[in-house]
Amino acid sequence: MSGFSINEPSNRIKWFAGSLVILYAVITMIPLVWIAITGFKSPADAIAYPPKYVIGGEGESGFTPTLEGYVNLFTTRTRQTEEYLAENPPQNWADEIVRQYDMVIVGPSKFGQRFLNSVIIGFGSTFLSVFLGTLAAYAFSRFKIPLADDLLFFILSTRMMPPIAVAIPIFLMYRQLGLSDTHLGMILLYTGVNISLAVWLLKSFIDGIPTEYEEAALIDGYTRFQAFYKVVLPQAATGIASTAIFCLIFAWNEYAFAVLLTTANAQTAPPFIPTIIGIGGLDWPAIAAGVTIFLLPVMIFTILLRKHLLRGITFGAVRK
Amino acid sequence: MAEVSLHNVSKTFGKTQAVSDISMTIEDGAFVVLLGPTGAGKTTTLRLISGLEKLDSGSVFIGGRDVGNDTPAQRDIAMVFQQYSLYPHLTVRDNLAFPLRSPILRTPEDVIAQKVQKIAEILQIPHKLDNKATELSGGEMQRVSIGRALVRDPQIYLMDEPLSSLDAKLRADLRVELKRIQADLGSTLLYVTHDQIEAMTMATHIGVLEEGRLVQYGTPKEIYEDPTSVYVASRLGLPRINILPAELFPGAHKGVQIGLRPENIRQGDGIEAQVIRSEHLGDQTRLHLKVHGHDITTLTDPHHDYAGSATIKISLENPLYFDASGARVV
Repeated sequence: MSGFSINEPSNRIKWFAGSLVILYAVITMIPLVWIAITGFKSPADAIAYPPKYVIGGEGESGFTPTLEGYVNLFTTRTRQTEEYLAENPPQNWADEIVRQYDMVIVGPSKFGQRFLNSVIIGFGSTFLSVFLGTLAAYAFSRFKIPLADDLLFFILSTRMMPPIAVAIPIFLMYRQLGLSDTHLGMILLYTGVNISLAVWLLKSFIDGIPTEYEEAALIDGYTRFQAFYKVVLPQAATGIASTAIFCLIFAWNEYAFAVLLTTANAQTAPPFIPTIIGIGGLDWPAIAAGVTIFLLPVMIFTILLRKHLLRGITFGAVRK
Repeated sequence: MAEVSLHNVSKTFGKTQAVSDISMTIEDGAFVVLLGPTGAGKTTTLRLISGLEKLDSGSVFIGGRDVGNDTPAQRDIAMVFQQYSLYPHLTVRDNLAFPLRSPILRTPEDVIAQKVQKIAEILQIPHKLDNKATELSGGEMQRVSIGRALVRDPQIYLMDEPLSSLDAKLRADLRVELKRIQADLGSTLLYVTHDQIEAMTMATHIGVLEEGRLVQYGTPKEIYEDPTSVYVASRLGLPRINILPAELFPGAHKGVQIGLRPENIRQGDGIEAQVIRSEHLGDQTRLHLKVHGHDITTLTDPHHDYAGSATIKISLENPLYFDASGARVV
């Protein structure tokens, strides 16, 4: 075929669109790459000016990569006397790194536990949001519910002001209920914020699944719940996956409530990472290392579900 | 297989009376076709029997048991839908096996494999068994969805215009196939269509629906030759029956309207009719006539050519008489 086609963009348009995508990708990636690089610098290199950015390079902009940031992130250290250091040779590579500051590792830092809190709270509230959201969306989509539209609007209205506007009432309420600084409290809070998004997103997905499939399953000898489980859920997988990603991103990154409501027990990574203190100030390489690790779970989760996500975002706009 | 009977069944949706006071008995082993235009209540009747809709009043008996409060699963029926019939996330094999794996049937896997293979061969799709349901053509999909009903041995098969989305050739093939399968298995089948050829060729009994009411129930021959109203008479026959005022023709009449099937018009003598147009369909020729401003369609010898403005003479043969309201006068 030659000439003009309304379906196939011309090569020039493709080239132009491709360059735009690459340009945008580069711009968005720069801060992330910078953070990832900083995690492998020494504290001095991290704040050097002009900045150093060539890994292992010679000259002014080069620096030697080190795992110091990661060691500092995961450990607590104390300064020791020269006699002590002389008597106790370094046990391993991590020990050797901290010896250059006359320090020894005395134990793990709180980062591991904070990170685990983030995982529990982030994935817990995502699961709960999607689970409840799917059931509610199915009910709204399939059953005759009195005042269904008003109820849906009510659910949406919970998102009409920024959640932080109710921070003080929630703070007081949580203190009374004993939910402050607990995993359950944070899971419930994030679920409460996410559930309206989950219900609305999932409802549109389930609305798109013709009821004939469930009716066929009912006729084929299944109960309504079995029909939901065997016929509706597999077809809603795309919607469920993309909803889960949106919920996880919110719960994972949430900072304000986490600062306000958690201090130790259930503190998540976002409020913890910026408080990592090094010698004479913030330990930027350790912070950058923490941020890099913090980014990974959502990245992996999104990559695993990206096929669904792509279809999910275009859902409704493109129909067969 | 079982006898299915409806007693004074009614259903309304909002202000629409979808089905009103239908009573009928589908005998064991019968192939009953519900015939009627869109909105006549055919599909609703099917859904009421299946349990997908709740009865407003009346009762449904399957095999002598009142199933009014049973779920669709408990009624032990199989249904073929007009569209969206296959589970898109499953393979053809799993689609066919789906009803057999239900908690009600719990068929052992080796029996499932055997049954699925047999049905696939009957429907000529054994090479497609491992395809995703969405990878099939329209005709194959509909064959699989008929197959999903046929793998079971239910009390009754309900089919809602299963062939309407297919092209003409496939439709004709499947029609013959379906009739053969039903006759072989001795199944009870209730079939909804608005296609009169399907109705005439497959049915042992036809029920004609008009605005939710069952207006006539009988064998295809009875419905065709002995309709109770103009409405029923117009449902069957191609070209359609000619409904004319009786005074157009000389002689004594039993009613004010005459129903004249195209093949019941004799040429040669009688009243004068002007030839408007002739259509050659190969096996037959349709002749469009005009008599005193009334259009009449008749069939004629396929080898005869008529000039555009020729005049022929026609007379009645076994006319049907109707009164002013359309009811049959015998």
